[in-house]
Amino acid sequence: MSTIKITVTRYNPETSSEPFTQSYTIPYKEDMVVLDALNYIKNHVDGTLTHRWSCRMGVCGSCGMMVNGDAKLTCATFLRDYYPGEVQVDPLAHFPVIRDLVIDMSDFMDKLLEIKPWIIRSEEKPLEEGEYLQSPDELNLYKQFSMCINCMICYSACPVYGHDQSFLGPAAIALAHRYNMDSRDEGQDQRAEIIGSHEGIWECTFVGECTRVCPEHVDPAAAIQRSKVQLTKEYFLSWMWPWGN
Amino acid sequence: MAVRVKTTDPIWWGLFSAGGTLAAFLLPVHVIVTGVGIAFGWVSPQVLAYQRITALLENPLLQIYLFLLISLPLFHWAHRFRFVLMDLGLRSLKTPVAVLCYGVAMVGTLLAALLLFF
Ligand code: FES
Repeated sequence: MSTIKITVTRYNPETSSEPFTQSYTIPYKEDMVVLDALNYIKNHVDGTLTHRWSCRMGVCGSCGMMVNGDAKLTCATFLRDYYPGEVQVDPLAHFPVIRDLVIDMSDFMDKLLEIKPWIIRSEEKPLEEGEYLQSPDELNLYKQFSMCINCMICYSACPVYGHDQSFLGPAAIALAHRYNMDSRDEGQDQRAEIIGSHEGIWECTFVGECTRVCPEHVDPAAAIQRSKVQLTKEYFLSWMWPWGN
Repeated sequence: MAVRVKTTDPIWWGLFSAGGTLAAFLLPVHVIVTGVGIAFGWVSPQVLAYQRITALLENPLLQIYLFLLISLPLFHWAHRFRFVLMDLGLRSLKTPVAVLCYGVAMVGTLLAALLLFF
C-alpha cells in the first residue's frame, strides 16, 4: 500500500507555549485531498489533532490552511499534486492561532461587519410595489465579487495585511465593492467612509496575490483598484466642485 | 458633492497613478527617441540641437508638457518607493519616509518649474 508523509504544525496553549511539528505517515490514495488526510489522522491516528472544516466541497470556506507554504482550501487540494513528496500543513498565515490548525478569525469578522455587506436602502419600498428588478448587465457588474466564501485565504496571501493588521484587506473590500456595484443598493456613502479611510484601500500596493490565490476566482485586486480610481476622482471633484450634488 | 474621503491619500494615489500612466505611455517614447534612436542613427542628432530645443521651449504648451512629464513620474516613484521601504520593514518610520519620498518629488517638481517657466 502506498503511503504519504504529512507534517502538521501543532499548538496547544494548555500544554505548551510554543508550536511544534508532528509527522504522520498515512495510507495514500490518488483521489485524496489534504483535508481527507487530516480527517484520516484525526479519526485513525491522533484524535487530538484540531482543524476546521464543514462542507468538503469548496463552499463553506472553513478549511483554509497553508499547504507547503501556499494558502489553499484543503478540501480542494489533492495530495497527488505533491505525492510522492511530503505535505506540510500549517495554520493560515497572518492570523493568531487558537489551537493546531484553527485560527482566530475575529479580526476578519469585525472588518466584514464594518463594510456592511448587505443591501442598504435609504427607504424600503412597500411590499405591494413588488421586487427590485435588475437587468443581467447590472448583475454582471458585481456577480464575480459575490462569489466570495469568506475563506480568508486572500488575507494570508496578502503581504500588506501580513505587515499591518489594521489594513481592511482584500475580501472585505471586494465585498464592499460587490454591494456598491449592486443597482439595488444605496449604501455607498456609508461604505466609502470605511474603504476610503487610511486603513481602507490606500494601503494596498497592488501585489495581486489575493486574486491569484482566490479559490473562487474573485478578483479583489480589481475591486481595490476600481475603488481607488472612483474615490480619487470623487475626491478631486469635491475640491473643484464643492457645491456639486 | 459631499466629501466622503477624509484622508489625503487620494492626492498621493492620484499623483501616483497619473505619473504611472505617463511613465508607461510617454517616457518609453522619449527614451527611444533620445536614448536609442539617436545612438542607432534612426533619428538625426539635429533633432536635439541646442538652439532648436531652446527655441522649442519658448512654446508654453511644450513647457507644460515637459513639466508634467518630469513631475508626475517623480510622484509615481515617491509613492512606490515609500511602500517599498514600508515593505522592507520601515513601518515605524512611516511619517519620515513619506516626508522624504514626497519631499524629493516636490523638490524635483520645483526645480522643473524653475527651469522651465522662469
Ligand atoms: S470544507 Fe468547506 S470549503 Fe473546504
